[in-house]
Amino acid sequence: MANMSVKKNEMPSQDPHVRNKNFNEVALGYSEEQALDEAARCLQCKHRPCIAGCPVGIKIPDFIKKISEKDFEGAYQVILEDNSLPAICGRVCPQESQCEAHCVRGIKHEPVAIGRLERYVADRHIALAKEAKVNKPQSNGHKVAIVGSGPAGLTAAGELAKKGYDVTIFEALHLAGGVLVYGIPEFRLPKAIVQKEIDALKKMGVKIQLNVVVGRSISIDDLIQEGFEAVFVGSGAGLPKFMNIPGENLNCVYSANEFLTRVNLMKSYRVDSSTPLVKSKRVAVVGGGNVAMDAARCAKRLGAEEVYIVYRRSEKELPARVEEVEHAKEEGIIFKFLTSPVEILGNEKRFVTGMKCIEMELGEPDASGRRRPVEKAGSEFMLELDSVIMAIGTSPNPLIKMTTEGLDTQKWGGIVINEDTGKTSREGVYAGGDAVTGAATVILAMGAGKTAAAGIDEYIQGKNK
Amino acid sequence: MYKILKKKNLNPAVTMIEVEAPFVAKKAKPGQFIILRVDESGERVPFTISDVNRETGGVSIIFQIVGATTEKMNHLEVGDSLHDFVGPLGKPSELEGLKKVAVVGGGVGCAIAYPVAKTLHNNGTTVHSVVGFRSKDIIILEDEFKAISDKLIVMTDDGSNGNKGMVTDALKSLLDAGEVYDEVITIGPLIMMKFVAKLTKEYGVKTIASMNPIMVDGTGMCGGCRLTVDGQTKFACVDGPEFDAHKIDFDEVMARTSLYKDFERKAHDEACNLFKQEVQ
Ligand SMILES: Cc1cc2nc3c(=O)[nH]c(=O)nc-3n(C[C@H](O)[C@H](O)[C@H](O)COP(=O)(O)OP(=O)(O)OC[C@H]3O[C@@H](n4cnc5c(N)ncnc54)[C@H](O)[C@@H]3O)c2cc1C
Ligand SMILES: Cc1cc2nc3c(=O)[nH]c(=O)nc-3n(C[C@H](O)[C@H](O)[C@H](O)COP(=O)(O)OP(=O)(O)OC[C@H]3O[C@@H](n4cnc5c(N)ncnc54)[C@H](O)[C@@H]3O)c2cc1C
Ligand code: SF4
Ligand code: SF4
Ligand code: FES
Repeated sequence: MANMSVKKNEMPSQDPHVRNKNFNEVALGYSEEQALDEAARCLQCKHRPCIAGCPVGIKIPDFIKKISEKDFEGAYQVILEDNSLPAICGRVCPQESQCEAHCVRGIKHEPVAIGRLERYVADRHIALAKEAKVNKPQSNGHKVAIVGSGPAGLTAAGELAKKGYDVTIFEALHLAGGVLVYGIPEFRLPKAIVQKEIDALKKMGVKIQLNVVVGRSISIDDLIQEGFEAVFVGSGAGLPKFMNIPGENLNCVYSANEFLTRVNLMKSYRVDSSTPLVKSKRVAVVGGGNVAMDAARCAKRLGAEEVYIVYRRSEKELPARVEEVEHAKEEGIIFKFLTSPVEILGNEKRFVTGMKCIEMELGEPDASGRRRPVEKAGSEFMLELDSVIMAIGTSPNPLIKMTTEGLDTQKWGGIVINEDTGKTSREGVYAGGDAVTGAATVILAMGAGKTAAAGIDEYIQGKNK
Repeated sequence: MYKILKKKNLNPAVTMIEVEAPFVAKKAKPGQFIILRVDESGERVPFTISDVNRETGGVSIIFQIVGATTEKMNHLEVGDSLHDFVGPLGKPSELEGLKKVAVVGGGVGCAIAYPVAKTLHNNGTTVHSVVGFRSKDIIILEDEFKAISDKLIVMTDDGSNGNKGMVTDALKSLLDAGEVYDEVITIGPLIMMKFVAKLTKEYGVKTIASMNPIMVDGTGMCGGCRLTVDGQTKFACVDGPEFDAHKIDFDEVMARTSLYKDFERKAHDEACNLFKQEVQ
């Protein structure tokens, strides 16, 4: 008999006033009891609407059924058929607009907590797995290069390695993982989980060359000349946007990328890190996405007394995951909705002292279908600050386009591909993830990596027939 | 890991090391730089490539001991390794087609200016080198500059080499004497480059400055290296590091590079203390 409780099992979490001073994971994960209770809320719908909401099509009712049967490893295997990084997706997917948005239980009440169950199953597998013996697949003798080690690159590498390809990942930074390690903070996605996935790939024989910037250290044409039969470009959308308002180059105005990289990749919150970060007391983060929430919550944890989120639309339009917004509020982040920065002000030494803002109201819907914010005349006001973090979006880095002849891109920089195969305008070159779509989500990047891996396999097998 | 193949102290505070980094060696061009980390918890720090050996895959950098990273680096010996070493980054210098150039270097900036001067010389360009140091004991690369310069002037702040004054004084004398340059290339402390730019603007001589703002990734990802050139924001690591010196907002760059001064002073003192304790 299904559990008809109208609410999801709540996620056990660290107390907000404790966690806003540490970098340990916020959400602690379900107990077995909670997982079983939550699994019992699933109605095992015949028409399985939830699956359509998952970009990689995980067989959601099937894995939940296995949980109910206490066959947790079986549940894990069901998920693994469609998603190779469940411990990560269970934590960071915007479930409320994907799988859970389609759940029948969500029509009247709260949907089944699909993401939390996915996380439970994956964490349990990781905790219990004996040093799993990974069978190194039989080599098929074909070499493939992967540019970038974010979720798109890691997924493409894994899929190709499974098929026997000799895969090498080239990563510009000194650590693999892409946004998973330099962007998303430890308290939301522990880096040990990402490392486990990367170690598993290495065990399958995937080679990872760190500190190689494709386009500078080596070009795509060089890679092809060196005998890589195909190249997958998963270089992400790492180029930060600024607003081009006065004062944006003052000291202590950061892009979210710089701020988060200093905190997450360089671990500047730890005493043993040699990467500096200025201690700020009053911080404004401009933007309303996951990136803005992460930057604000990091700033709070680093000791800032007041942290503002300055967002030009209203709460309803916030693009961040609902859970992150809730967590940010609990932790004391102050939201300034319908507010837009006009100018950043500084002192004679060119350090930030404040930000002039203007209030906004929502007008007619724009191209994105959201109501366009317009300035309310005469509503300017000042925020007194010592740091400003710009989190208003990123676009693909032009380096690869600039150094690869014949690679077609959109005007804004996204690489043009055939969506069914990931193929670009260059023979043997495939692409996916944020490099193609612009800043999106982990699960979409993974899906794109998987599609391109299939495309590459078909291409190489076809060529060698 | 990137092994140190050679090491040479150029003066008490300036050291040259050659590091095994075949990816970088294969592609590097004058004007480009690398970013390194000394150890697992190290900061990412940029250095200009001063020479490459394409056969051994060796890449040389010359660094001045100013802070924690360079202090730690100076304690490494041949056979030790750097944890990370990535490059070549930035745009190469545009040195083709120049007939006569004045290269103006200051302090450790001379280490960066030298490969530029050498390439120009090899291209058949007439090279006038003007280099400046605080005093005679810390002059570096004098013989090297002499070998590739059609004219070399070495200035010292305190006059201890018998030639007292700033590089700008020497450059002004050359210009006043009627020397005509296609271009002045200046590399050194920001304040020096600012005044070189001011001088050459008066004389209407095109001037290129090599900028070294604070960097993190070096690939255009963080925007920490941004500066204003001709009223527009540029990222030094991908749009530079060389820019038209007459269009750079030097005051802004100087403010931005001072951002971590206190942190750095403390880190340097701590690194020094650590080494002192080890010695004892
Ligand atoms: C702070 C932050 C929070 C986020 N939160 C969420 C969330 O909660 N949920 C969610 O679903 N999504 C979230 N996202 C978005 C998600 O992380 C991205 O959509 C996803 O990581 C894209 O994956 P990718 O593999 O395409 O690129 P990336 O993860 O960006 O990886 C690209 C990699 O390529 C490397 N690279 C780039 N250029 C080169 C080159 N020339 N040579 C070699 N290597 C190169 C980069 O260094 C990087 O490691 C967040 C993003 C950020 C920044
Ligand atoms: C593109 C580029 C090329 C460079 N090439 C060389 C080179 O060939 N040789 C060399 O010795 N140095 C070079 N530098 C400067 C070098 O990166 C800094 O000296 C380095 O940060 C010092 O590291 P540290 O940890 O020892 O000192 P820190 O503790 O970081 O700093 C100590 C002192 O150096 C100043 N400083 C910090 N960062 C910089 C910087 N980026 N530029 C100038 N001053 C800085 C600080 O204000 C402080 O006074 C280059 C910088 C850039 C951006
Ligand atoms: S991968 Fe994401 S969208 Fe798919 S079921 Fe899991 S949490 Fe939902
Ligand atoms: S829609 Fe909801 S209740 Fe129905 S099978 Fe999917 S998860 Fe279960
Ligand atoms: S160093 Fe990060 S963008 Fe230039």
